[in-house]
Amino acid sequence: MRHRLFSLIALMLIASVLLAACGGAAEPTAAPAAVEPTAAPEAVAEPTAAPAPAASGSMTKLGLWTHSAGNEGEMEVITKMADDFNASQDQFEVVIEAFPQASYNDSVAAASVAGSLPCIIDLDQPTVPNFAWSGYVQELPVPADMLAGINTGGVGLYNDKVYSMGQFDVALLNYARKSVLEKYDIRIPTLDEPWTLDEFNTILKTLKDSGEFDYAMDVNAEWTGEWWPYAYSPMLQSFGGDLIDRATFTTAEGVLNGPEAQAWGEWFQGLFADGYVNPAPADDQCFLQGHCALWYTGSWSANDVVAALGDDALFLPAVDFGNGPKIGGGSWQWGISTACENPDGAWQFIESVMKPENVALMSNTTGLVPTTAAGAALTEKYAEGGPYQIFYDMSNRYTVMRPPTPGYLRLSSEFEQAAIKIRDGNNVQDTLDDAVDAINQDIQDNNNYGF
Amino acid sequence: MTASTQSVAVSKSSKRRLPKDWKSKVVQYATNLILVIFFIFPLVFMIMASFKPNDQIFADLRSLRAFLPVGDLSLTNYQAVFAKSKFPRFLFNSLFISVTTILLSLIVNSMLAYALSRLKWAGQKLVLAIIIATLIIPGETVIMPLLLLVSKLPGLSLTEGITTGWLNTYHVQIIPFIVSAFSIFLFYQFFRDIPKELDEAALVDGASRFQIYYKIILPNSGPVIATVTILTFIGAWNSFLWPTMVIQSEELRPVMVGMQYFFQQDTEWGEVMAYAAMITIPVLLVFLLFQRSFVQSIASSGIKG
Repeated sequence: MRHRLFSLIALMLIASVLLAACGGAAEPTAAPAAVEPTAAPEAVAEPTAAPAPAASGSMTKLGLWTHSAGNEGEMEVITKMADDFNASQDQFEVVIEAFPQASYNDSVAAASVAGSLPCIIDLDQPTVPNFAWSGYVQELPVPADMLAGINTGGVGLYNDKVYSMGQFDVALLNYARKSVLEKYDIRIPTLDEPWTLDEFNTILKTLKDSGEFDYAMDVNAEWTGEWWPYAYSPMLQSFGGDLIDRATFTTAEGVLNGPEAQAWGEWFQGLFADGYVNPAPADDQCFLQGHCALWYTGSWSANDVVAALGDDALFLPAVDFGNGPKIGGGSWQWGISTACENPDGAWQFIESVMKPENVALMSNTTGLVPTTAAGAALTEKYAEGGPYQIFYDMSNRYTVMRPPTPGYLRLSSEFEQAAIKIRDGNNVQDTLDDAVDAINQDIQDNNNYGF
Repeated sequence: MTASTQSVAVSKSSKRRLPKDWKSKVVQYATNLILVIFFIFPLVFMIMASFKPNDQIFADLRSLRAFLPVGDLSLTNYQAVFAKSKFPRFLFNSLFISVTTILLSLIVNSMLAYALSRLKWAGQKLVLAIIIATLIIPGETVIMPLLLLVSKLPGLSLTEGITTGWLNTYHVQIIPFIVSAFSIFLFYQFFRDIPKELDEAALVDGASRFQIYYKIILPNSGPVIATVTILTFIGAWNSFLWPTMVIQSEELRPVMVGMQYFFQQDTEWGEVMAYAAMITIPVLLVFLLFQRSFVQSIASSGIKG
């Protein structure tokens, strides 16, 4: 019996060694280690007629990492774009490796450290300046006319240079029921005439006092992480404050803790203290189930809202708190790693995905907001007169990008902590002062992040 | 005859009477019941939700319906799990990694513990002290140096020959976790309590040290083997951060990383629950199987006799 047991163990060990040996890298990723100097790609030739593809063995493989594993729509489009690109090429072949979004940034960060990034990577736009500052992605040779056709939310900058470009964005807005606004005689705001601060405060009070709803508004306060700066710092910016002084990117003093920021903090705290907003909802269904009158969230929920409310659904622009309506911008974008040995091939691919037809294809398949006017014009929902055109317009008109600094990750975390403390009733000025101190210390510790 | 009748009557009477400690029994059973409900309800919710569409999951949250098989039940979420991810592949990977890690871990750690507990050699206590000291170091603190190390190590591939770096392999998910200070400590503690006379008798009979290890010590170590197996299995099965960092190919991903496929902007919680149910039920079965072996090992062990 024991002999049998040991034979079994020995067999398992041999099998594991063999399988482990077989389990070598399944896909070519990128030549690791040495960071090449950024090479300006040659002038890009538009692929006109698709040449006959060369034999796979002679093609130079370009690894591509995407966060879209599990997202059938995005994967379908990325696969099609890669297939189309490969079919048009006799030199380069894009090879896709898909990762799940929730752990993608960790995988990319680890690969950066280990020197195993592929040529083409998609990056969450707020992380782009940090990747650029760290030397993991290279500047893109974007022609000026191409850049002019892309909305603010479609470009990833650091030190005024372009490091990434994206096909889609999302927009923040307020969802409402038309019947509810009419019932309480509330004006339906427009892009040109959004609700003002005083008007909005009155609306919240009216809806709360009606007794019809548990809360006047849901702002998804149960979500954590980057949602807080993405969703609530545009409110701060509309009040006149900001996360950092964008003239220098070296201090948050006076902008995150100035009088405008103080006003935002007092107002934000009042949302929860006065019972207009649930500080800790169990889920994001309050509006859809009719327990909340308004819902401040992203355009990604539009389909659910329309499915639930039909013609009663309203998409309302962000509130103007004094300095115009503001919303966040920047989603997943394409960049080229500095480890890429064929940046010209990688750039050709990025250029191809930014073509209007591909931008439209992504939007039509996923429902996301296109980042170019030419792409939007080819879509079903975002074209002139389309049901979601307002999202494109809001994205185009109101977007304030998250500060393009490598220190944004710290800014984001400090702002989240500060906003949560403010929500929970802490002194606004003290909380913002503490956040400013922490942010400034981080900037100082990192030699101003290259600014 | 009379005495006998009285005896039966007394017996019947005593049967009807409540035990003296009935109050404490009631409290004990009530506590047990609450604990059972506390632990089993999340599992029941997970399984029930795995058959429901997203909107119904949220609608049922406000009532006991969340724990009942009612409403629009279907296998749609399970079908989606197979459609959206390579679930069978992830399951195979996790099983392979877990089983291999357990087997190698049992061999290596028990051998080291045997040397520490049964043999005499210079520096023995120092080595033991160092191993115990490493117990207080959290794994996360060494994960970056470990990543840099494995990314530079030479490897062997059947298709590519000698390669550089262990990233994207099975063995990078196995080898760093074979040696476990806690497992060594458990084996050491257990081996130390096995009577030394068994070794001496075996030595007199001409057994070698290795024969003593695998013919006497290991067969008498069922409980600790079961314990280490369970602990190693939990660690390997739940592994997430490490494979996220070192595995880039979909073909080599374990189940915990695969679960991330279902956390999208609009997460379909029914699919998450279906995936969770499928990776939890095998684990529960393994635990039940090992629990029985664990008890049997103790009952049949020659050590306690």
